[in-house]
Amino acid sequence: MIQLTINGKPARFDGDPDMPLLWYLRDDLALTGTKFGCGLGLCGACTVHLNGEAARSCQTPMRVTAGKRITTIEGLSATGEHPLQKAWEQCNVPQCGYCQSGQIMQAAAMLKTKPHPTDQDIDSTMQGNICRCGTYQRIRQAIKMAAGVQA
Amino acid sequence: MTATVGNVSRRGFLGHIFSAGALVIASPLVPKVKAAGTWQPSVYLGIEPDGTVKIVAHRSEMGTGCRTGLPMIVADELEADWARVEVVQALGDAKYGSQDTDGSCSVRDFYDRLRAAGATARTMLENAAATKWGVSPEECRGQNHFVVHAKTGRKLAYGGLVESASAATAPQQGAVRLKTPDQFRYIGKEIAIVDLKPIVTGRATFGIDARMPGMVYAAIERPPVMGATLKNCDDAEAKQVKGVERIVMLDLAKPPYGFKPLGGAAVVANNSWTALQGRKKLKIEWDLGEHAAYDSADYKQAMLDTARKPGRVAREMGSVDTEFARGGKTLEAAYYTPMLAHAAMEPLAAVAEFKDGKVVTWTCTQNPQAVQDTVAKAVGIKKEDVECHVTLLGGGFGRKSKPDYVAEAALLSKQVGKPVKIVWSREDDVHFDYFHSPAALYMKAAVDDKGHPTAWLQRSVFPPIGMQGNPNEEYGGFQLSMGWTDIPYPIPNLRVENGPAKAHVRIGWLRSVSNIYHAFGVQTFTDELAAAAGRDRVEYLLELIGQPRTIDFAQEGMKSARNDPKFPFDTARLRNVVELAAQKSGWSNKKAAPGRALGIAAHRSFLTYVAAVAEVEVHGSEIRIPRVDIAVDAGRIINPDRVKSQFEGAAVFGTSIALMSEITAAGGRIQQSNFDRYPVARMNQAPFETHVHIVTSDAAPAGVGEPGVPPIAPAICNAIFAATGKRIRELPIKGQLS
Repeated sequence: MIQLTINGKPARFDGDPDMPLLWYLRDDLALTGTKFGCGLGLCGACTVHLNGEAARSCQTPMRVTAGKRITTIEGLSATGEHPLQKAWEQCNVPQCGYCQSGQIMQAAAMLKTKPHPTDQDIDSTMQGNICRCGTYQRIRQAIKMAAGVQA
Repeated sequence: MTATVGNVSRRGFLGHIFSAGALVIASPLVPKVKAAGTWQPSVYLGIEPDGTVKIVAHRSEMGTGCRTGLPMIVADELEADWARVEVVQALGDAKYGSQDTDGSCSVRDFYDRLRAAGATARTMLENAAATKWGVSPEECRGQNHFVVHAKTGRKLAYGGLVESASAATAPQQGAVRLKTPDQFRYIGKEIAIVDLKPIVTGRATFGIDARMPGMVYAAIERPPVMGATLKNCDDAEAKQVKGVERIVMLDLAKPPYGFKPLGGAAVVANNSWTALQGRKKLKIEWDLGEHAAYDSADYKQAMLDTARKPGRVAREMGSVDTEFARGGKTLEAAYYTPMLAHAAMEPLAAVAEFKDGKVVTWTCTQNPQAVQDTVAKAVGIKKEDVECHVTLLGGGFGRKSKPDYVAEAALLSKQVGKPVKIVWSREDDVHFDYFHSPAALYMKAAVDDKGHPTAWLQRSVFPPIGMQGNPNEEYGGFQLSMGWTDIPYPIPNLRVENGPAKAHVRIGWLRSVSNIYHAFGVQTFTDELAAAAGRDRVEYLLELIGQPRTIDFAQEGMKSARNDPKFPFDTARLRNVVELAAQKSGWSNKKAAPGRALGIAAHRSFLTYVAAVAEVEVHGSEIRIPRVDIAVDAGRIINPDRVKSQFEGAAVFGTSIALMSEITAAGGRIQQSNFDRYPVARMNQAPFETHVHIVTSDAAPAGVGEPGVPPIAPAICNAIFAATGKRIRELPIKGQLS
């Protein structure tokens, strides 16, 4: 039995401890905001926070989540008004929207350690998150807006 | 304004979209179909007695913004208050007209129809108010959810008019007044997409997110080579995996492949992960069949050889042979572009339930009516008995028009007696794509002493989409009209040809389709001629396009030319975007320096005129793209911000094509399987900034989703030539600069 915290609430899991967190969130808990994109940690669509740090849930076996705090896009802000979410809306970032949960979670983790990121910071942190629609320019703009740095 | 994709289960049929008492018109100009109480003046809209306007989005949202843009058109003519509009996603149903969301035609094909639908409803509301007031309908105007009688200042809310309006007969076409453009309330204004908030909070429903009570999950091991057959399947170990319920053998598809499910061995389990784990334990022996001989490197060489031999003539003016034989200066070049996979971020996914001879499915599809057809054929029921709910699509790019994956879910549900969820792994998504064709192009020109072509021969070779219907098809057919036979240069001796290539994998359409390679050939060769003549590229390109004119292709040697009076090829518009892109990019002030330069390309596709200027910096083998300027003339624009975003995205999509993406095959098997070996542009590789310049136009609205892609790769490669002297004739560039 693995006990963990998801979006501030206690959760339990007694299945295959090798199963990635991604599928526990999506299939068992119906927290479908966290997306499957590649299954190999190559695209970032499945990004969540594990004890506050960005983690690829497709590469996070349930066994390592024991006693950990997991935050998904659904739990990033109770009202959906995290500064990044507001900036994302302001900049009309999403096209299809599929990768955006992962983009926002990745950016949110970055802003905790780099509250005023440079373009290089943004490039190096966000290059693990693929957007096939090509919204990168607006993602950068929205991160800067949320961080209050010059766009 | 609210929007639902809805997990509204079975209650999603039209009669239930609207409540009792709403105003609901079966086609724009046909009297209402009354769903108890709701007035539905069109299949595309209904008005509730409480004033809520429900607008049906009948096309699929995959990121283009059409789920917002199309309802904006209806709401505008209706004079609805956008805040009181609810967008409802349509089920697959032929009554909406085509729902096949590809070919960049959602606005183009439905603009007039949706305006008429909105205007008809508004007219009926105006008539109902006029009757109540005892005044002439001419004096009544729909205005932001009210009918207003200007003379007396009286107004009546739309909701309160629903009952009387729904009892009236729909007006004749001539009696419906469409707005003039200066009266537009939403068309041409920037409106946020209706799904914005659900997306940024993780609550939007994509195909992969759809659930049905009691569903099980499946992963399928499909034949690794097109046409492979099963020799043996040992599923003993797979069955031992905890959570695996059973293994189901699905019949293998036989040619022609069309949209048929490929078949294979399906592992049905209690969640996605277990299904994937079970699949790994299957031991299958395949007889790989004839296409096991397919090797993409050999195939590439064969296509390049074919491109140097005479092919079928698709367009001819004058005689290129005579001109070439005169012994003047000629230039020639061959180009190659590789196979590509769509690789939408959301892999293919569907959930389906077969019950009592009917199928209900929720899926990310670009074409719900094709889902109905394909599923019906696969499980042996009538098309009408397939209820297809369309979710949001996590990208589509053409792949999600082909519903083989939905049929898989339905077939499995029929076998296991429960709803079945199918999620393709990324590896499945890459291996079993309908690939964008590889293409070889051969170009030859004779030039005069000013470097202008007096004869121009172009020949393309690619395995065609026609293979879906006829596996032996070798010629391009309709694909030749995509940037090839419609080359706009007025060259007196011009021949356009197509050579044969047989497909060894499933071929499909990918965002802008054949325009990708055709534009690469034409726009790179144009740059080569300009370079040979020592000319400024923009000036030379404008000279090749020639004086402003409307091209009559029938008069200019095109076989089976169809001149569309609504969308003539107007070279003034092409010239204009070239000039605009050049001006906005600072073309004349930014002189090339070693390792840094601009490149230009222009292309008309999906009836839209586009020119792109790319600025590149080359450091050794590393390429940076600091800036792209794209000028677009797509006629009338509905939602300018979404048009901009499509072209920003096209610059990134085109960058992937130019720099890095390539699918290859060996032994008939696809060699890439995920984003490691099939890279697409990441943030640090994408253009740092893309500026989109939209031409203001009253012309009929044209395509937006695709036309941004074709000019990007040639613009980048032309810039690389200007910066380094290295001519890129094969894509992707990957490795060629080292």
